[in-house]
Amino acid sequence: MKTLAELQAIRDRMKDSVVMRSGSGNIRAVVGMATCGIAAGARPVLSALVEEVNNLHLNEKVTVTQTGCIGICRYEPIVEVFEADKEKVTYVNMTAEKVRRVAKEHLRDGKVVEEYTIGAVEK
Amino acid sequence: MKELSLNILDIAMNSVKAGATLVEILIDERNGWRTLTIRDNGCGMSEDFLRAVTDPFTTTRTTRKVGMGLPLLKLAAEQTGGTMQIESSQGEHHGTTVTARFLMDHLDCVPLGDYAGTMVTLIQGSPDIDFVFQYRSASGEINLSTAEMRQILGDVPLNTPEVLAWVAESLASPEES
Repeated sequence: MKTLAELQAIRDRMKDSVVMRSGSGNIRAVVGMATCGIAAGARPVLSALVEEVNNLHLNEKVTVTQTGCIGICRYEPIVEVFEADKEKVTYVNMTAEKVRRVAKEHLRDGKVVEEYTIGAVEK
Repeated sequence: MKELSLNILDIAMNSVKAGATLVEILIDERNGWRTLTIRDNGCGMSEDFLRAVTDPFTTTRTTRKVGMGLPLLKLAAEQTGGTMQIESSQGEHHGTTVTARFLMDHLDCVPLGDYAGTMVTLIQGSPDIDFVFQYRSASGEINLSTAEMRQILGDVPLNTPEVLAWVAESLASPEES
Protein backbone atom coordinates (compact mmCIF):
# COMPACT_ATOMS: atom_id res chain seq x y z
CA MET A 1 0.00 0.00 0.00
CA LYS A 2 1.38 3.36 -1.04
CA THR A 3 1.23 6.29 1.32
CA LEU A 4 1.59 10.03 1.03
CA ALA A 5 5.00 9.68 2.69
CA GLU A 6 6.15 7.74 -0.35
CA LEU A 7 4.94 10.55 -2.57
CA GLN A 8 7.08 12.90 -0.51
CA ALA A 9 10.01 10.54 -1.10
CA ILE A 10 9.43 10.73 -4.86
CA ARG A 11 9.51 14.50 -4.64
CA ASP A 12 12.74 14.49 -2.65
CA ARG A 13 14.34 12.19 -5.22
CA MET A 14 13.14 14.28 -8.14
CA LYS A 15 14.15 17.69 -6.87
CA ASP A 16 17.82 16.75 -6.99
CA SER A 17 17.57 15.72 -10.58
CA VAL A 18 16.42 17.86 -13.44
CA VAL A 19 12.67 17.45 -13.61
CA MET A 20 11.72 16.42 -17.10
CA ARG A 21 8.86 18.47 -18.34
CA SER A 22 6.42 17.01 -20.77
CA GLY A 23 6.50 18.82 -24.08
CA SER A 24 10.26 19.10 -24.15
CA GLY A 25 10.78 16.25 -26.62
CA ASN A 26 10.78 16.67 -30.39
CA ILE A 27 8.80 13.49 -31.01
CA ARG A 28 5.12 13.40 -30.08
CA ALA A 29 3.28 10.10 -29.81
CA VAL A 30 -0.47 10.67 -29.65
CA VAL A 31 -3.04 8.05 -28.61
CA GLY A 32 -6.70 8.41 -29.67
CA MET A 33 -8.80 8.36 -26.49
CA ALA A 34 -12.39 9.01 -27.59
CA THR A 35 -15.19 6.47 -27.03
CA CYS A 36 -14.10 4.51 -30.11
CA GLY A 37 -10.48 4.27 -28.99
CA ILE A 38 -11.33 3.41 -25.38
CA ALA A 39 -13.79 0.69 -26.42
CA ALA A 40 -11.21 -0.80 -28.79
CA GLY A 41 -8.53 -1.02 -26.08
CA ALA A 42 -6.66 2.31 -26.11
CA ARG A 43 -6.15 2.42 -22.34
CA PRO A 44 -3.70 -0.53 -22.15
CA VAL A 45 -2.00 0.77 -25.31
CA LEU A 46 -1.42 4.15 -23.69
CA SER A 47 -0.12 2.68 -20.44
CA ALA A 48 2.22 0.31 -22.30
CA LEU A 49 3.54 3.25 -24.33
CA VAL A 50 4.11 5.44 -21.27
CA GLU A 51 5.83 2.54 -19.51
CA GLU A 52 8.07 1.64 -22.45
CA VAL A 53 9.10 5.25 -23.12
CA ASN A 54 10.13 5.41 -19.48
CA ASN A 55 11.91 2.02 -19.55
CA LEU A 56 13.86 3.03 -22.64
CA HIS A 57 14.78 6.41 -21.07
CA LEU A 58 13.15 8.30 -23.92
CA ASN A 59 11.33 10.82 -21.72
CA GLU A 60 13.46 13.69 -22.90
CA LYS A 61 12.97 12.86 -26.55
CA VAL A 62 9.38 11.63 -26.67
CA THR A 63 6.19 13.19 -25.33
CA VAL A 64 3.17 10.90 -24.98
CA THR A 65 -0.19 12.68 -25.21
CA GLN A 66 -3.86 11.87 -25.73
CA THR A 67 -6.35 13.15 -28.23
CA GLY A 68 -10.02 12.71 -29.12
CA CYS A 69 -11.48 10.94 -32.11
CA ILE A 70 -9.08 10.81 -35.03
CA GLY A 71 -11.92 10.02 -37.45
CA ILE A 72 -11.10 6.48 -38.56
CA CYS A 73 -12.70 4.61 -35.68
CA ARG A 74 -12.56 1.17 -37.32
CA TYR A 75 -8.77 1.30 -37.04
CA GLU A 76 -8.67 2.09 -33.31
CA PRO A 77 -6.60 1.90 -31.17
CA ILE A 78 -4.55 4.40 -33.17
CA VAL A 79 -1.18 5.91 -32.29
CA GLU A 80 0.13 8.83 -34.36
CA VAL A 81 3.79 9.78 -34.29
CA PHE A 82 4.75 13.36 -35.10
CA GLU A 83 8.33 14.39 -35.62
CA ALA A 84 9.65 17.74 -36.85
CA ASP A 85 10.39 17.77 -40.60
CA LYS A 86 9.02 14.24 -41.05
CA GLU A 87 5.73 12.93 -42.31
CA LYS A 88 3.23 11.85 -39.67
CA VAL A 89 3.15 8.08 -39.10
CA THR A 90 -0.23 6.53 -38.24
CA TYR A 91 -0.19 3.15 -36.50
CA VAL A 92 -3.52 1.31 -36.45
CA ASN A 93 -5.14 -1.63 -34.62
CA MET A 94 -2.57 -1.24 -31.90
CA THR A 95 -2.06 -3.48 -28.89
CA ALA A 96 0.20 -3.16 -25.87
CA GLU A 97 2.63 -5.60 -27.52
CA LYS A 98 2.72 -3.74 -30.84
CA VAL A 99 3.21 -0.34 -29.21
CA ARG A 100 6.19 -1.67 -27.25
CA ARG A 101 7.80 -2.65 -30.53
CA VAL A 102 7.04 0.81 -31.99
CA ALA A 103 8.69 2.40 -28.94
CA LYS A 104 11.89 0.41 -29.46
CA GLU A 105 12.17 0.42 -33.24
CA HIS A 106 10.64 3.76 -34.16
CA LEU A 107 10.82 6.09 -31.17
CA ARG A 108 14.25 4.89 -30.00
CA ASP A 109 15.95 3.67 -33.20
CA GLY A 110 14.16 5.86 -35.75
CA LYS A 111 12.93 3.01 -37.94
CA VAL A 112 9.19 3.04 -38.77
CA VAL A 113 7.43 -0.31 -38.15
CA GLU A 114 5.84 -0.38 -41.60
CA GLU A 115 3.63 -3.45 -41.06
CA TYR A 116 1.58 -1.69 -38.36
CA THR A 117 1.00 1.52 -40.31
CA ILE A 118 -2.30 2.42 -41.92
CA GLY A 119 -0.63 2.20 -45.33
CA ALA A 120 0.20 -1.47 -44.84
CA VAL A 121 -3.17 -2.37 -43.31
CA GLU A 122 -5.22 -0.70 -46.06
CA LYS A 123 -3.51 -2.64 -48.86
CA MET B 1 -17.39 -1.47 -23.03
CA LYS B 2 -16.04 -4.52 -21.22
CA GLU B 3 -15.79 -2.85 -17.84
CA LEU B 4 -17.36 0.12 -16.10
CA SER B 5 -13.94 1.72 -15.61
CA LEU B 6 -13.76 2.26 -19.37
CA ASN B 7 -17.12 4.05 -19.31
CA ILE B 8 -15.79 6.17 -16.45
CA LEU B 9 -12.71 7.08 -18.47
CA ASP B 10 -14.88 7.92 -21.46
CA ILE B 11 -17.34 10.13 -19.54
CA ALA B 12 -14.57 11.87 -17.59
CA MET B 13 -12.94 12.72 -20.93
CA ASN B 14 -16.07 14.75 -21.69
CA SER B 15 -15.43 16.72 -18.49
CA VAL B 16 -11.85 17.36 -19.57
CA LYS B 17 -13.07 18.49 -22.96
CA ALA B 18 -15.64 20.77 -21.30
CA GLY B 19 -12.76 22.69 -19.73
CA ALA B 20 -13.34 21.45 -16.16
CA THR B 21 -10.72 22.29 -13.53
CA LEU B 22 -12.25 19.85 -11.05
CA VAL B 23 -13.58 16.38 -11.86
CA GLU B 24 -14.97 14.17 -9.10
CA ILE B 25 -15.45 10.45 -9.63
CA LEU B 26 -17.38 8.75 -6.85
CA ILE B 27 -18.29 5.08 -6.61
CA ASP B 28 -20.47 3.97 -3.75
CA GLU B 29 -21.52 0.36 -3.20
CA ARG B 30 -24.20 -0.40 -0.67
CA ASN B 31 -27.32 -2.58 -0.35
CA GLY B 32 -26.50 -4.34 -3.59
CA TRP B 33 -26.40 -1.14 -5.66
CA ARG B 34 -23.36 0.52 -7.17
CA THR B 35 -23.83 4.26 -7.66
CA LEU B 36 -21.41 6.05 -9.94
CA THR B 37 -21.24 9.84 -9.89
CA ILE B 38 -19.06 11.91 -12.21
CA ARG B 39 -19.27 15.59 -11.39
CA ASP B 40 -17.39 18.42 -13.09
CA ASN B 41 -17.26 22.21 -13.18
CA GLY B 42 -16.91 22.34 -16.95
CA CYS B 43 -18.86 24.54 -19.34
CA GLY B 44 -22.09 22.52 -19.01
CA MET B 45 -24.62 21.78 -21.72
CA SER B 46 -27.48 23.81 -23.13
CA GLU B 47 -30.98 22.57 -22.33
CA ASP B 48 -31.49 21.44 -25.91
CA PHE B 49 -28.23 19.53 -25.98
CA LEU B 50 -28.93 17.99 -22.56
CA ARG B 51 -32.33 16.71 -23.75
CA ALA B 52 -30.75 15.04 -26.77
CA VAL B 53 -27.47 13.90 -25.27
CA THR B 54 -28.34 10.24 -24.72
CA ASP B 55 -29.32 9.93 -28.37
CA PRO B 56 -26.34 8.33 -30.16
CA PHE B 57 -26.78 10.79 -33.00
CA THR B 58 -25.97 13.73 -30.76
CA THR B 59 -22.31 14.50 -30.26
CA THR B 60 -19.72 17.25 -29.82
CA ARG B 61 -17.29 15.46 -32.06
CA THR B 62 -16.49 17.07 -35.35
CA THR B 63 -15.12 13.98 -37.07
CA ARG B 64 -18.39 12.05 -37.12
CA LYS B 65 -22.03 12.54 -36.28
CA VAL B 66 -22.28 9.72 -33.75
CA GLY B 67 -21.56 9.98 -30.01
CA MET B 68 -21.80 6.74 -28.09
CA GLY B 69 -20.33 7.60 -24.70
CA LEU B 70 -23.42 8.52 -22.66
CA PRO B 71 -25.74 6.10 -24.52
CA LEU B 72 -23.35 3.24 -23.67
CA LEU B 73 -23.29 4.18 -19.97
CA LYS B 74 -27.08 4.48 -19.96
CA LEU B 75 -27.37 1.04 -21.53
CA ALA B 76 -24.92 -0.46 -19.02
CA ALA B 77 -27.00 0.89 -16.13
CA GLU B 78 -30.43 0.10 -17.53
CA GLN B 79 -29.57 -3.46 -18.50
CA THR B 80 -29.18 -4.18 -14.77
CA GLY B 81 -32.48 -2.50 -13.89
CA GLY B 82 -30.70 0.71 -12.93
CA THR B 83 -30.91 4.26 -14.20
CA MET B 84 -28.76 7.09 -15.49
CA GLN B 85 -29.36 10.79 -14.88
CA ILE B 86 -27.59 13.89 -16.11
CA GLU B 87 -27.82 17.35 -14.65
CA SER B 88 -26.08 20.23 -16.31
CA SER B 89 -26.05 23.99 -16.22
CA GLN B 90 -24.23 26.72 -18.05
CA GLY B 91 -24.97 29.56 -15.65
CA GLU B 92 -22.90 30.94 -12.82
CA HIS B 93 -22.46 27.50 -11.24
CA HIS B 94 -21.73 25.74 -14.50
CA GLY B 95 -20.95 22.07 -14.66
CA THR B 96 -22.34 18.63 -15.30
CA THR B 97 -23.18 15.70 -13.04
CA VAL B 98 -23.75 12.23 -14.42
CA THR B 99 -25.18 9.65 -12.03
CA ALA B 100 -25.67 5.99 -12.88
CA ARG B 101 -26.97 3.17 -10.69
CA PHE B 102 -26.29 -0.52 -11.23
CA LEU B 103 -27.81 -3.55 -9.54
CA MET B 104 -24.60 -5.37 -8.74
CA ASP B 105 -25.73 -8.99 -8.68
CA HIS B 106 -27.63 -8.67 -11.95
CA LEU B 107 -26.33 -11.02 -14.64
CA ASP B 108 -25.78 -8.13 -17.02
CA CYS B 109 -23.88 -5.92 -14.58
CA VAL B 110 -20.45 -5.29 -16.11
CA PRO B 111 -17.55 -5.53 -13.65
CA LEU B 112 -16.03 -2.33 -12.28
CA GLY B 113 -12.66 -3.37 -13.71
CA ASP B 114 -9.39 -1.49 -13.63
CA TYR B 115 -10.36 1.87 -12.12
CA ALA B 116 -6.71 2.47 -11.19
CA GLY B 117 -5.80 2.26 -14.89
CA THR B 118 -8.54 4.77 -15.64
CA MET B 119 -7.26 7.25 -13.03
CA VAL B 120 -3.66 6.86 -14.26
CA THR B 121 -4.83 7.55 -17.82
CA LEU B 122 -6.78 10.65 -16.79
CA ILE B 123 -3.89 12.07 -14.75
CA GLN B 124 -1.39 11.28 -17.51
CA GLY B 125 -3.49 13.18 -20.02
CA SER B 126 -4.48 16.11 -17.80
CA PRO B 127 -1.90 16.53 -15.01
CA ASP B 128 -3.12 20.03 -14.17
CA ILE B 129 -6.78 19.17 -13.54
CA ASP B 130 -7.95 18.44 -10.00
CA PHE B 131 -9.28 14.90 -9.93
CA VAL B 132 -11.03 13.53 -6.86
CA PHE B 133 -11.59 9.79 -6.73
CA GLN B 134 -13.52 8.01 -4.03
CA TYR B 135 -14.50 4.36 -3.96
CA ARG B 136 -16.59 3.14 -1.05
CA SER B 137 -17.37 -0.55 -0.81
CA ALA B 138 -17.93 -3.24 1.79
CA SER B 139 -14.17 -3.80 1.96
CA GLY B 140 -13.31 -0.20 2.73
CA GLU B 141 -12.76 3.17 1.21
CA ILE B 142 -10.20 4.46 -1.27
CA ASN B 143 -9.54 8.15 -1.78
CA LEU B 144 -7.33 10.07 -4.13
CA SER B 145 -7.06 13.81 -4.62
CA THR B 146 -4.64 15.18 -7.17
CA ALA B 147 -4.81 18.62 -5.50
CA GLU B 148 -3.49 17.01 -2.32
CA MET B 149 -0.79 15.19 -4.32
CA ARG B 150 0.24 18.44 -5.96
CA GLN B 151 0.75 20.07 -2.55
CA ILE B 152 3.24 17.38 -1.64
CA LEU B 153 4.90 17.18 -5.03
CA GLY B 154 5.47 20.90 -5.49
CA ASP B 155 6.73 21.46 -9.02
CA VAL B 156 7.16 17.78 -9.86
CA PRO B 157 4.51 17.20 -12.57
CA LEU B 158 1.78 14.65 -11.86
CA ASN B 159 2.45 12.85 -15.13
CA THR B 160 5.98 11.93 -14.07
CA PRO B 161 6.24 8.12 -14.50
CA GLU B 162 7.16 7.52 -10.83
CA VAL B 163 4.13 9.52 -9.72
CA LEU B 164 1.80 7.62 -12.08
CA ALA B 165 3.18 4.34 -10.70
CA TRP B 166 2.42 5.61 -7.20
CA VAL B 167 -1.17 6.37 -8.23
CA ALA B 168 -1.62 2.88 -9.68
CA GLU B 169 -0.35 1.22 -6.52
CA SER B 170 -2.12 3.47 -4.05
CA LEU B 171 -5.46 2.69 -5.70
CA ALA B 172 -4.76 -1.03 -5.86
CA SER B 173 -6.45 -2.24 -2.70
CA PRO B 174 -9.38 -0.95 -0.68
CA GLU B 175 -8.11 -2.21 2.69
CA GLU B 176 -6.73 1.08 3.93
CA SER B 177 -9.16 3.92 4.27
